[in-house]
Amino acid sequence: MLAYLIRRVGQALLVIAAMATIVFLSIYAVGNPVDILANPNADAKEMAEISARLGLDKPLWEQFGLFVWNALHGNLGRSFVFNEPALKLIIQRMPATLELAFVALIMSIVIGIPLGVWAGLKPDAWSSRTIMSGSILGFSLPNFWIGLMLILLFAVQLKWLPSGGRGPTTNLFGIPVSFLSWEGLRYLLLPAFTLALYKAALVIRLSRSGTREAVLQDYVRFARAKGLSPTRIVLVHVLKNIMIPVVTILGLELGSMIAFAVVTETVFAYPGMGKLLIDSIGRLDRPVIVAYLMMVVVIFVVINLIVDLLYAALDPRVRLQESEG
Amino acid sequence: MTDAPFILDRGESLWRQRISQFFAKPSAYISFGLLVLLLLIAIFAPWIAPQNPYDLAQLDIMDGRLPPGSTSMDGKTFWLGTDEQGRDMLSAILYGLRISLFVGVVSTFFACIIGASIGVFAAYKGGKVESFVMRLVDLQLSFPAILIALVLLAAFGRGIDKVIIALIIVQWAYYARTVRGNALVERNRDYMEAARCLALPRSRILFSHLLPNCLPPLIVVATVQVAHAIALEATLSFLGVGVPVTEPSLGMLIKNGYDYLMSGKYWISTWPGLALVLAIVVINLVGDRLRDVLNPRLAK
Repeated sequence: MLAYLIRRVGQALLVIAAMATIVFLSIYAVGNPVDILANPNADAKEMAEISARLGLDKPLWEQFGLFVWNALHGNLGRSFVFNEPALKLIIQRMPATLELAFVALIMSIVIGIPLGVWAGLKPDAWSSRTIMSGSILGFSLPNFWIGLMLILLFAVQLKWLPSGGRGPTTNLFGIPVSFLSWEGLRYLLLPAFTLALYKAALVIRLSRSGTREAVLQDYVRFARAKGLSPTRIVLVHVLKNIMIPVVTILGLELGSMIAFAVVTETVFAYPGMGKLLIDSIGRLDRPVIVAYLMMVVVIFVVINLIVDLLYAALDPRVRLQESEG
Repeated sequence: MTDAPFILDRGESLWRQRISQFFAKPSAYISFGLLVLLLLIAIFAPWIAPQNPYDLAQLDIMDGRLPPGSTSMDGKTFWLGTDEQGRDMLSAILYGLRISLFVGVVSTFFACIIGASIGVFAAYKGGKVESFVMRLVDLQLSFPAILIALVLLAAFGRGIDKVIIALIIVQWAYYARTVRGNALVERNRDYMEAARCLALPRSRILFSHLLPNCLPPLIVVATVQVAHAIALEATLSFLGVGVPVTEPSLGMLIKNGYDYLMSGKYWISTWPGLALVLAIVVINLVGDRLRDVLNPRLAK
């Protein structure tokens, strides 16, 4: 197990290093941020000054060397636009995005499991067919457009909910969160629902197949034989067993939700990391782009690493295959 | 497919059988018909559209942001309204559909060819090459497509060609994985053995023997993937990193309408969005039907 652990962590570090190189080189090889930062009537001398201040006059390999050296010291550069450490900017916006992702995650469970269980219990009913067709739509429809239509309906036409932005926040252990007050929650509802739709489709499919499998199992038959009410069988016996795969998969999907929040945050002008990324791409604020991407790469690699290690710990065959291949 | 009867109905080739199977369900006619209609609209957009939405001489800023059904200064009717520059939304949607479908189809086509070649080669070679390629595929598929495309386009800049390249890079891994899985099964079949015994050149074994037999699942994946590519392109264009303003796809049109949504001018975003949804749903329906026909094992 130790050998496997070392090899796997080594691979993870290799992936991070490779991604850092690719991301840095691709982002730094294009465009000239000075054109965007300098005021339009700046002369060549002023432009050169800005370029020197940002360290853009150095050759690419030297910039890369500096980036690696600083990154190893936990410094991912200063934003060209805000003149603040890029990492700090991202961490400031992180609670907003994480809050959005978590609320969306919970929503997708709350929406997805009842519908999925229903579709699994009555696979041939028309209601179940509707649910399944709906889940295909949830998978394939462009999420941002659904968000726009929700804004149109609930914010513009009905005026029930705000159209975007983040509501008032309260501090919870020093982290600003908005789900604790009704006013804050109102701002969260639409973006979280939009983000949740995508994953709800997945939850519906998982819980449907889980339910179809579970109702054939002996423990469900036994529960029925004991004379338990159908409600109790579904709520206690079936639900408990399908929750395990659903929660596992959703945990894995948390990373992709954070990534997908880029779209949702842009639609709802929600001040999270994703909005920062899109704004930074527009402004060629390279350090922020690179810092965001490195952050996401690390999150993904860590999630995958934990899963792999857990699997290896639980199933020795994984370790053996690995050392053969 | 595996247990094909020895006596084949000589009048019908395998493909013809499949085509008649495809249309066995009435709903297949509808979805296929709609798909053909959309493709025709996209191809002939310049001849169908009431105006050329990008010829500035035909636009009148005085006609800007008119609701659907209103008439212009010189008596034309804008059935779906106009955008902020007085552009007829119906024409803009027809042109936008053309660009969206073009990007989706072209990127999927090339991704399919590249991915399938890599996949079939990896499966045939086996060993180190195979495990390296599959590691790469796993690595890429562990990151969400939208993020990879976003990074690539942040580096490339805007442009239809760049979006297509980004979508090819994003998609190839799906095909490599699909083809490799199938090729692993096929490479041990007797016909492969026979081809090897005949000492045919490797490229011929790969591309005329192995690859054609891996095609059916590939076609299914590719069809559905066109819809994904279109949705992804729309999302990227909406985020402002996709197609340039001069060649707006449906996603770009939706983005243009976004600014006017709050003031109740719904039509600029809604109609292009509906066109997009229609295209995606129709392609998915055809893809589903193809899967039922080509891959009975996966049928519900």
